Amino acid sequence: MKRLLVFLLFNIGFGVSPAQAGGMNILQEQCASCHALYGPAPQTLSQFKARQGPDFFYAGNKYRKAWLVQWLQNPKRIRPAGIFYRDHIKPGEKRDEIDLSTLKPHIILDKSSAESVAEALMQLKANSELIAGAAFVPAGASLGEMSFDKFYGCLGCHQIEPGYGGLSGPEVYTAARRLTPEYMSSFIANPQAWDPKTLMPKRDLQEGNIRNLVNYMLDLSKEDWDEK
Amino acid sequence: MRNNRVCLSLLASLFVFSAPLLAKESATDNYNTYCVQCHGMQGNGMGLNIRDMSVQPRDHTDFKSMSARSNEELFKVIKEGGGALSKSVLMPPWGSTFSDEEINDLVKYLRVLCKCKQGG
Ligand code: HEC
Ligand code: HEC
Ligand code: HEC
Repeated sequence: MKRLLVFLLFNIGFGVSPAQAGGMNILQEQCASCHALYGPAPQTLSQFKARQGPDFFYAGNKYRKAWLVQWLQNPKRIRPAGIFYRDHIKPGEKRDEIDLSTLKPHIILDKSSAESVAEALMQLKANSELIAGAAFVPAGASLGEMSFDKFYGCLGCHQIEPGYGGLSGPEVYTAARRLTPEYMSSFIANPQAWDPKTLMPKRDLQEGNIRNLVNYMLDLSKEDWDEK
Repeated sequence: MRNNRVCLSLLASLFVFSAPLLAKESATDNYNTYCVQCHGMQGNGMGLNIRDMSVQPRDHTDFKSMSARSNEELFKVIKEGGGALSKSVLMPPWGSTFSDEEINDLVKYLRVLCKCKQGG
């Protein structure tokens, strides 16, 4: 309630477009129970485990707007085992397996709601200091898959094509469609700076190697995965 | 007055810019959150992620192979990753996720899982 008041005051104080305001209303009413619109990120494991969806308070620095508009109207699973894999696995014959019965479909928005929500999400810009600096200039990746798998072990938790790779993290073959290259570079360099309790470990990588990994994900995202 | 303000803003910036010091978590919680994704709900190496891994995660309940490791080696491989002991890079480095104290607790927890000590 207090937050809503602050938000309303904010609207009166600054010029906010009707789409942004409408989008923010939808976020407050339908999304905030699972997506944090305000920081900080979870600081303890119990907060981390209670989280029901990805944090949104830095959405404007993380997502590509055009992708948001599309996905919100036609959401497809990104994290094969959900936001926290522990809540969605069971012991299997050869290894632990995903318990599909525990994964629920995502809420769907109509076109105009999706557009105004995307507009509002773009305004949530915490952590700007983590992506300050030179903009990312795409270039071809060399030894991309080799780096992702053999050199740095990223394949352990991420799929690089449907059905190939680890399952506890988000699929990365669509990562560059969803995410800005600046966010990906910064998150790979220091995941804990964004999310102190994240499941992704920090590996000491040189800037050139990080750029190469991001270029690899840009290459992956150009393939037509829906066809395959 | 002026000085006071400077002091205050310096103090405030300390809070804003120093990395947050996270509270210590239990080894059971840490293992069940971070290690189970590969080492499995039973700690036997049969985790969710292993299907396409070229080297399979260690079975932490295996008395023989776990006894062969010293506590120092276990500490090092958790903190710095498999590469530090010429093991697979698929075992990641956890030095930025845990404090040294939490890693020490994880080493003790592994000794419970394997029902073994250093050297047998
Ligand atoms: C019941 C909890 C829940 C509610 C309510 C919810 N979401 Fe989600 N949302 C999730 C989960 C879980 C994911 C992760 C899905 C995946 O990885 O496949 C997600 C993913 C997303 C993503 C993709 C982000 C990413 O990093 O992968 C967007 C965008 C999104 N939600 C927007 C919304 C909006 C807008 C609303 C309100 C209209 C909303 N969500 C309501 C749980 C929820
Ligand atoms: C131990 C498992 C693990 C390993 C190893 C790992 N990651 Fe991750 N990674 C994750 C998880 C879990 C997340 C998602 C956090 C979330 O849900 O927002 C993530 C998120 C990401 C993201 C953002 C994706 C998104 O959709 O939000 C990128 C990019 C990424 N990882 C790249 C890498 C790269 C490159 C490596 C190797 C250097 C790597 N990861 C190693 C678990 C891992
Ligand atoms: C991304 C998957 C992955 C995650 C997550 C992971 N491990 Fe591992 N771990 C491995 C693999 C693979 C090996 C086997 C390495 C080899 O034999 O070359 C291994 C081996 C080990 C070893 C044995 C090393 C030796 O001396 O033989 C220990 C101890 C270990 N892991 C502890 C942990 C702990 C503790 C955690 C959680 C903090 C953890 N691992 C998380 C993949 C993982």
